[in-house]
Amino acid sequence: MHALRAVFAPTCSPFREKPFLLERLMLIESGSPVAADTRVGISLTINGQHRELQVAPWTTLLDLLRETLDLTGTKKGCDHGQCGACTVLVDGVRVNSCLALAVMKDGAEVTTVEGLAGLSNGGAGSNGLHPMQAAFVEHDAFQCGYCTPGQLCSSVGMMNEGHAHSRDEIREAMSGNICRCGAYTNIVDAIEDVMAQDGAAQDLGAAR
Amino acid sequence: MTQTFSSTGHDSFVGTPRNRVDGPAKVTGLAKYAGEFTAADLAHGYVVSSAIARGRISAIDTAAAEAVPGVIKVLTHENRSRTAWLDYNYQDAVAPPGSPFRALYDDKIAFSGQPVALVVAEDFETARHAATLVKVAYEAEEPKTSADAVRAFAYDPPKKRAGIKPPPKPWGDADAAYDAAPIKLQNEYRLAVEHHNPMEPHASTVVYEGDGKYTVYDKVQGVSNSHNYLAAVFGLKKDDVRVLNPYLGGGFGSGLRPQYQLFLAMLAARDLERSVRVVLTRDQMWSFTYRPDAIQTVSLGSGEDGQLQALRHDAIGVTSHYEDYQEVVVNWSGVLYKCDNVALTYKIAQLDTASPGDMRAPGAVTGVFAIETAMDELAHEAGLDPIALRLRNFSEADATSEDKPFGSKALKACFTQGAERFGWAKRTPAPRSMREGHELVGWGMATGVWESMMQQSSAHAILSADGKLEVGNSTGDIGTGTYTILTQIAADTLGLPMEDVTTKLGDTRLPEAPVAGGSWTAASSGTAVMKACRNVGEQVFKLARAMEGSPLANVDFDRVSFANGRIAVAGDDSRSVALVDVLKAAGVETVEATESAGPDKDFASQYEAYTHSAVFVEVRVDEELGQIRLTRVVSAVAAGKILNPKTARSQILGGVVMGIGSALHEESMMDHRLGRFMNHNLGEYHVPANADIYDIDVIFVDEEDKANPLGVKGLGEIGIVGTAAAVANAVFHATGKRIRHLPITIDKVLG
Amino acid sequence: MNRFDYVRAGTVAEAVQAFAGAPGAQFIAGGTNLVDLMKYDVTRPGRLIDITRLPLGDIAEHDGGLRVGALVTNANLAYDARVRSRYPLLADAILAGASGQLRNAATTGGNLNQRTRCYYFYDTATPCNKREPGSGCAAIGGVTRIHAIFGASESCIATHPSDMCVALAALEAVVQVTGPEGDRSIAFADFHRLPGDDPAKDNTLKPGEIVLSVDLPAADLSKNYTYLKLRDRLSYAFALVSVAAALELDGDTVKIARLALGGVAHKPWRNRQAEALLVGKPATRETFQAAADFVVAEARPQSENAFKVELARRAIVRGLSQAAAGTPQSLTDKRIQ
Repeated sequence: MHALRAVFAPTCSPFREKPFLLERLMLIESGSPVAADTRVGISLTINGQHRELQVAPWTTLLDLLRETLDLTGTKKGCDHGQCGACTVLVDGVRVNSCLALAVMKDGAEVTTVEGLAGLSNGGAGSNGLHPMQAAFVEHDAFQCGYCTPGQLCSSVGMMNEGHAHSRDEIREAMSGNICRCGAYTNIVDAIEDVMAQDGAAQDLGAAR
Repeated sequence: MTQTFSSTGHDSFVGTPRNRVDGPAKVTGLAKYAGEFTAADLAHGYVVSSAIARGRISAIDTAAAEAVPGVIKVLTHENRSRTAWLDYNYQDAVAPPGSPFRALYDDKIAFSGQPVALVVAEDFETARHAATLVKVAYEAEEPKTSADAVRAFAYDPPKKRAGIKPPPKPWGDADAAYDAAPIKLQNEYRLAVEHHNPMEPHASTVVYEGDGKYTVYDKVQGVSNSHNYLAAVFGLKKDDVRVLNPYLGGGFGSGLRPQYQLFLAMLAARDLERSVRVVLTRDQMWSFTYRPDAIQTVSLGSGEDGQLQALRHDAIGVTSHYEDYQEVVVNWSGVLYKCDNVALTYKIAQLDTASPGDMRAPGAVTGVFAIETAMDELAHEAGLDPIALRLRNFSEADATSEDKPFGSKALKACFTQGAERFGWAKRTPAPRSMREGHELVGWGMATGVWESMMQQSSAHAILSADGKLEVGNSTGDIGTGTYTILTQIAADTLGLPMEDVTTKLGDTRLPEAPVAGGSWTAASSGTAVMKACRNVGEQVFKLARAMEGSPLANVDFDRVSFANGRIAVAGDDSRSVALVDVLKAAGVETVEATESAGPDKDFASQYEAYTHSAVFVEVRVDEELGQIRLTRVVSAVAAGKILNPKTARSQILGGVVMGIGSALHEESMMDHRLGRFMNHNLGEYHVPANADIYDIDVIFVDEEDKANPLGVKGLGEIGIVGTAAAVANAVFHATGKRIRHLPITIDKVLG
Repeated sequence: MNRFDYVRAGTVAEAVQAFAGAPGAQFIAGGTNLVDLMKYDVTRPGRLIDITRLPLGDIAEHDGGLRVGALVTNANLAYDARVRSRYPLLADAILAGASGQLRNAATTGGNLNQRTRCYYFYDTATPCNKREPGSGCAAIGGVTRIHAIFGASESCIATHPSDMCVALAALEAVVQVTGPEGDRSIAFADFHRLPGDDPAKDNTLKPGEIVLSVDLPAADLSKNYTYLKLRDRLSYAFALVSVAAALELDGDTVKIARLALGGVAHKPWRNRQAEALLVGKPATRETFQAAADFVVAEARPQSENAFKVELARRAIVRGLSQAAAGTPQSLTDKRIQ
């Protein structure tokens, strides 16, 4: 049990604390360090709205959305990129917002579930929903609803990527979004439905 | 679908597939969960968790953490304020017998991950950072966390847990009959420790309203349970605390009891006189309730014809050192099968872990896996089709309950319809007899069973002059569709469109209802809502009859029907009046009623009530590499009336998926030297991903049941029960390998 | 997460300079592993140097092969048309790992630098020589189902978790790096290392060195290849065992053989002698079995992972068979070819 002795020793960080003063704010200059006691000025476009924000460098995009901006639609399920509940679109690409430091996304366009309806072609449907949102409701593609915003952003991002077409491909491409309620088959049904609508719309476009 | 009638006449909505009424809120991100409510003075608590499983804290140094700017306070057992003294104050509505865990109570460590401090800071990041600076020194003792290591100390729990039937007394002579039986089978069955892992981590937001008053948003499956707990533990007046939880990001049982983050958030809020939120991390989701392991032995003796002559099912479950957690593990064998010589035993042994707790179909998932795998083994030994064996030993009465008849048991229809849909007749019985390329194909089946229960529940209904109806009570919609079915029931009862009905749940200002669990919510809250609406209907009817020139004059209440927003003489739509006109004429703003409903004692004295299912599974196992693909499932369910086939189907899908997880994936791996679950994250604790789930077909067979006026029996658990056995049986059929220890991973298939 | 300085580098020189004299400095790009580790307090950088704005995001023709910039995301690499047609083994290996979201963020350089998924490394309540040198290895004798069967030491039994790197090992990529002491090239086989008595070091990068690109050599291994991954669920899980196999055949005879394993060692596991055993032999199951037997002969399993030895043996045979038949493992049809 020699190896385990350290378990019982105090666990603490050797890292020396620097005082954290919120008053200091800096704009980023390439190559110049922003000290740990400083907030950083960044700009983001979130759901179409331009925002100038001040963030600590260790703030994740997820915590910025949920805690600072009260955009709680984006969910924290694991905080480690292992469940997909925090999926948002950054510059149209689906990513785990829990693993993105907000400061590193300076200048990006972020779309969360709250802004999804604004993304759909020609705006939201008569129900105010993105077609994917409407399809999720119609196919009962969720139960508790907690993974749902991530599933929605992920499925819209997946369609943007354009690599998944068959059911097998959708299942694989959506495997980064865990649903503990087990709504997977309905989620795939909903996505297939939207893909079919999308395909029909494109066919129509081509015929014109 | 059977034509169904509510007590008020024709159903328009009940029994038809309806989209979730809370769907739009959930797909737009507007549905708020417990950790998402905020307050201007909100502080954030982050839990420091114990590194050891057993022993005591010898020193705790919070100075470095408290020195971090933005840290408000670090709470430990050394500086916490007083809470209630006696155990019973901590015993919530579903607590097992014992002394419930109290966070930060003293220096003793009872399980790994036990909260040892709460860092409260102005923001989440500061709290998390400062938590790493709390220095804790321990005096560690060697933990015991393996069921095998403590099985010799197993005991019959002296105090039985409320609502959990202990095993019945044995009947006949199981041992002698076993010895004499031509076919004998005796094997041990195990499942891995599983953790609920709802997608929403446990969270509580306590908003301090000033003046000793609090509004609490708690992740719990029934706010009343947290409300009573807070009042008792913190000595608060119930009127001074309001607990809400409009949406719950999954529970599966982990939210039945108020968990320690609620205690910590309230403790901090009370001490600091400000609002505090505590959200557990994903790895801290391994620091409380779990589905316990059980060492199960099933002994079956039968004649050459497969007729059971002896049945023993012995289980040793596990619990903590501080509570006697109990679940129904072995009784199911006696419920499902008729046999003259039966012995069922259940003991528990204590481990250095947190108390286990109810996880979706607690006990049944465990016990039915064992008996349904054993029955498959018997079918194989006796050379019988697995369904034929089950029919041969089919129980027509509940032998575990003085042979009371079942209120309804359409299990045979589940077998027939499930087998038909699955194509079971094409199965070749010999193991390893079906293959495609590199893959061995296996078809397996099993029976599922769960109790159909009802709990005392109340609900209100308020009809407004504008024709809008509000109904509700304090229970939660844990993703089951409760908002939707209550809306359907209310709309039908008063003949309103669903759009005119609003259902409110998860608020202690609403009439009290039990926690959402045990598959009892539809029956309990559904009946209460129906009665409240019925009461409102009768009041409106009386007002209507009193109207001048009333078309309902001289008509009795039992001769009217409610439809299209009107009360009409049944069968004569020309004699009707609109509800809004009645209220207007009477000059009343609202008509209200609160009603409660509970189990039908007469029915319960005569009948036992269970839901049943037959689960059929196809697996494809790569012969060389052991990879399993579970390509098809048919779950045929008999659960009385189906209120909403759409949400009902989802309930079964979810149960099946969790059953697949139990069968193939889920396993919390304990390092017994440390007494610590090591794969405490969603990357290494595998729940099924989308790619693991192929086609699942759900059938609801017709079943008429009279346990409650709605005829419903509940659906939350039945989808999971039996699924793992069906998978294991399919793997046997594919490979010839009998795996009795879940999950069935590649190593076991190859081993 | 601990407190750290943040530097946004505009040029490679700035990045290298920002590292100098900053104790505990680390480069960050996709962040999919580093931020994860920081949240668990496993890694506590004193300074984070954001390199996402460096001009390292392109895939370019190079010396008959391709030069993949360190900041090319896993997704962009896997779906690049040139990579798909010329290095499908690499594309498939990438797509067998992580999730769509993670692959959109994770970068080529970051993938090379990702750290083990050993439970004990991740859990600060337990000793770990990789996390806290000299504290001991709690994994040995513990829950070892996922641990190494090749090349482990008494100090560390962790495995390298990457799928992409297994393919890069088989393809004999070259890693271009720069640092305080200038530029250098590292053969892929020399990039990752075995734990020995210094498991804190995952690879041979020197302090302050930064990956610039991964160069894919010109060899044509695009016809007979496969990436076969076995795991505890059918997607979004790390490998128990994975096999990257690539062959060049002359009729039925093996001309070139490349074989690398994932999930079994502290680095992508290649056994050149086993590859040599294949060359000149007919591409038959017997030949593949002989090579597989040779590879696993030196396996030294832990208490709970002996199954990996047999699994690896069989996966090698199947992988080579898939490669020889020109039927690479599908990523979406989970049936194993």
